[in-house]
Amino acid sequence: MSEASLALGRTWKRPPIISNPILRWTLIIGALVYLIAAVMTIDVNWSRVYEGLERGKKFILAFSNPNFSDRWTDIHEGMLESIVMALASTVAGIIISIPIGLGAARNIAPLPVYLICRGIIALSRALHEIIVAILLVAVFGFGPLAGFLTLSFATIGFLSKLLAEDIEDTDKSQAEAIKATGSSWLQWINFGIQPQIMPRLIGLSIYRLDINFRESAILGLVGAGGIGATLNTAFDRYEFDTAAAIIIIIIAIVMVLENTSTFIRGKLQ
Amino acid sequence: MLQLQKLTKRYPTGDLALSDVDLEIPMGQVLALIGPSGAGKSTLIRSINRLVEPTSGAAILDGENLTSLSAGNLRKARRRMGMIFQEYALVERLSVMENVLSGQLGYVGFWRSFLRKFPQSTINEAFRLLERVGLEHMADKRADQLSGGQRQRVGIARALIQDPKLLLVDEPTASLDPKTSRQIMRLICELCDERGLSAIINIHDVALAKMFVPRVIGLKLGKMVFDGGPNDLTPDVLTDIYGEEDWEATIEKVDDEDEETA
Repeated sequence: MSEASLALGRTWKRPPIISNPILRWTLIIGALVYLIAAVMTIDVNWSRVYEGLERGKKFILAFSNPNFSDRWTDIHEGMLESIVMALASTVAGIIISIPIGLGAARNIAPLPVYLICRGIIALSRALHEIIVAILLVAVFGFGPLAGFLTLSFATIGFLSKLLAEDIEDTDKSQAEAIKATGSSWLQWINFGIQPQIMPRLIGLSIYRLDINFRESAILGLVGAGGIGATLNTAFDRYEFDTAAAIIIIIIAIVMVLENTSTFIRGKLQ
Repeated sequence: MLQLQKLTKRYPTGDLALSDVDLEIPMGQVLALIGPSGAGKSTLIRSINRLVEPTSGAAILDGENLTSLSAGNLRKARRRMGMIFQEYALVERLSVMENVLSGQLGYVGFWRSFLRKFPQSTINEAFRLLERVGLEHMADKRADQLSGGQRQRVGIARALIQDPKLLLVDEPTASLDPKTSRQIMRLICELCDERGLSAIINIHDVALAKMFVPRVIGLKLGKMVFDGGPNDLTPDVLTDIYGEEDWEATIEKVDDEDEETA
């Protein structure tokens, strides 16, 4: 055991990720210099900030005294529109996402289908909701139709991509066993793939409903209907108490959705 | 009943997994396929039901060349070949009953299977098979709640409800303890005997193979290097298949002590 005693006292350190010390330190110092330089380029107009503080304070104080009653009809209508928009676009988005998600999974789709479906997903993800909404408002006019279409389109990019990735992660042997029984393609999907992805599909759908509701509150700012329009009007009129009321309702609804989705996702494993 | 003629598989990576395998299996014969990891055992049985597409050669089942079948006819042919897998390959989130019934997918239409409305005769058969493998009380349990041995029994029931002529069995005992392994091997061989099925069983455990099967095929680097009875497996033969090792312990007659048969 003389070798073991020789080994005593030997130090050990985890090897660094970048082994070349010159490169390592150049990167670290470079990053620090860049950070400092970047912060110094931000131009802050301190007198403007001071003026704004007063308005900010008013806005914050409005939360202690939110006004639900004066514009209640507007708030009520906007909320309802947002909820309908979020629900309808989520359902439409899911229905379209499932075939695209299947097509975008490399392990079950042939290459041409895969490329087309990945292309659709890439397009949907490349365009931000606001940009799509501006475009669709220009085409379909102001109102919730543009918002509904925007959110459906965005849901496709989100859901198909994550669904396809989940399908690619499924256990190959379970699907292979179903295929070996002589099943048709649809039966193979139904028995071999669907049970494996169902919990995630449901979880993602609820999560997307949550996102769509929050987005629907923003889309109103560009005229695509929903509570965002009411909120925008309230700000324009400096009715901070009404704006506070709207924001409080949005927060409450998002929290309810969040808790529901956590609860349901916990139930599925 | 099953003939393999110069069956060859070369993977796109260039690896030759199977090289000109010629093999004839008569009706009702159970044979074990042994060989080191990477010898092509899994590729061989998957080339028969074309979960792996063979590169060349033929696999002929009851006079029908499987390697040249169209997609539709291949599905029909797959119904006659039940498959049992190493890690059971049950669909984990489906119930035991659904897993067994999935063996009938080749016989029923999509909507029937989608709505789980299988014919009564199929359901009777499923219950009979579950009873035969000792799991009739587990029908509505989810597959992932079962132990390894129980899962493999469900896998066996799923293969048998296809009413196959041939069983393709891929390492059925690799993830089981020694006792359960024996029970599963015994069950497979008994069922083949009862139903007059032929079977190809890939197996690592040479001693276990010797206990249960009348014929052993040795595969090495995609080539068949041995074909004979279990008693012909001498140390020289095993060295030829696997390489140098002390084989005496493997060859020793294994006592088949009494085990409960479940």
